Amino acid sequence: MIRLRAPEIRLGDRVVLRDIDFAAASGTLVALCGPNGAGKSTLLRALAGLLPKCVAADPRHVAYLPQNARCAWALTVAEVAALGRIPHGDTAAAPIERALLACGVGHLRRTRIDRVSGGQARRAMLARAFATEPRVFLLDEPTADLDPAAAHQIMRLLHDTARAGACVIVVLHALDLALRYADRMIVIDQGRIVADGAPGAMLPRAAAAFGLAHGIDPTPRLLPPA
Amino acid sequence: MTRWLILGIVLLTVLSLGVGAAGLGVPDPLILWQIRLPRTALALLVGGGLGLSGAALQGALRNPLADSGLLGIGGCAGLGAVIAYYWGVSALFAPALPLAGLAGAGVGCAFLLMFAGRAASGPSLILAGIALSAATAAMLALALTLAPNPFALAEITFWLMGGLEDRTLSHVALALPPIALGCLVLLRLGRGLDALALGEDAAATLGLPVGQTLRRTAAGVALAVGAGAAVAGGIGFVGLVVPHLLRPILGERPGALLFSSLLAGAALLLAADLLARIAPMVLPLAQEPRLGVLTALLGAPFLVRIARRVAP
Repeated sequence: MIRLRAPEIRLGDRVVLRDIDFAAASGTLVALCGPNGAGKSTLLRALAGLLPKCVAADPRHVAYLPQNARCAWALTVAEVAALGRIPHGDTAAAPIERALLACGVGHLRRTRIDRVSGGQARRAMLARAFATEPRVFLLDEPTADLDPAAAHQIMRLLHDTARAGACVIVVLHALDLALRYADRMIVIDQGRIVADGAPGAMLPRAAAAFGLAHGIDPTPRLLPPA
Repeated sequence: MTRWLILGIVLLTVLSLGVGAAGLGVPDPLILWQIRLPRTALALLVGGGLGLSGAALQGALRNPLADSGLLGIGGCAGLGAVIAYYWGVSALFAPALPLAGLAGAGVGCAFLLMFAGRAASGPSLILAGIALSAATAAMLALALTLAPNPFALAEITFWLMGGLEDRTLSHVALALPPIALGCLVLLRLGRGLDALALGEDAAATLGLPVGQTLRRTAAGVALAVGAGAAVAGGIGFVGLVVPHLLRPILGERPGALLFSSLLAGAALLLAADLLARIAPMVLPLAQEPRLGVLTALLGAPFLVRIARRVAP
């Protein structure tokens, strides 16, 4: 469970978000959608307590993964996951191990993160968030730049994590992924939350925010792996 | 690894106490206490401080090219010390020299960290360091042209080249407290530097006080590098080279490199100083090569190698 109420959120002297009253419950996968510059990442950063005047989130319960999260040094995958234990002040082996296995990078634990594929590196960064064993995940575009199969794998992992009781909030550009995996879709346009509800029902509003049409497309499509 | 480094330091220390202008062997107690012991102790202290500072700076700035010398912090420390020296403050009050070195290094560190806070990208930081180096070099040149007499000029120039000969135990007493304090501050930053590997935002959400970690890095580096420059002059490249030598062995986690960089920096500078002492015995040199000149000659090709590897 996480909640944020703010009449406006500023970056410097620019108002980026207005009239924000946001709450998300445990056990749900929430997708934040909207065009570039709508304020999705800012909302996520506000929830993480990264903006001035925002209450800092408890780092033991809230894990935040920035957009294009990378590691400056070539740590091994296991060392990256171990960074997730910093809020707890320990290096407990069990949660790190669970995180590596859950994210499907157990076999890469001794491999340097600069020697794995993009999808594997992203999952190693996710394993860092999982190792914290938080109640709330705040993930900014965790599927960006990934091939479709890797993106589906990560969304399925997040879906299962929400089913297991966590609150997972994801900024997503790929509306099809949001439609398929999210329990709730929030559409942000020009700094305001303009739609909030079941993804299928929110599609018209989301399409309008992107300037797209919507409907049933009968052409052959790629589907997630069985 | 730690065990091997300590063994190396012990061996080098024994050698360093046994080698000098008087030749090889067990020296006269006077030579041992007045000449070789201070020289050995200072090489270990200054080298350890430089090695650890390099590892901490590279971790905090997330840049493998960060080094107190390259970024101009050593130059700032030298400038501070030269000002104290030049105005004769250090002749009246001995600790003024390291204090001025500390102040200079502190100003340099503060400038770079303020800059790094705004634009943390690697190339822009290195450029800021180059600007700082150029400014301090110009100020030093100004101090030299305004020097009251040619002897002061020669003395300052000689001192700027960096060296450890003719130092006494009082130099050790001056340098030990700030370097030890700076190293203690830096050695406690391991977790913070590890978290910073993920970027400042991610580090902050891990519960890490990012600003405090950066400020402590600046303070620790200023203490260790400033006091080192005040007693040993300009000695570069130790902080750059040491973490790079250790990474293939210990991995790249910044926190894992701190203590080893302290030990390896101490060993490296003592080895370089031994080389400087032995050089006139085997080569036709009238004088010992200056230690700062030697580390620069050894370190510059290394920088080229690193630059080639980190270039996109």
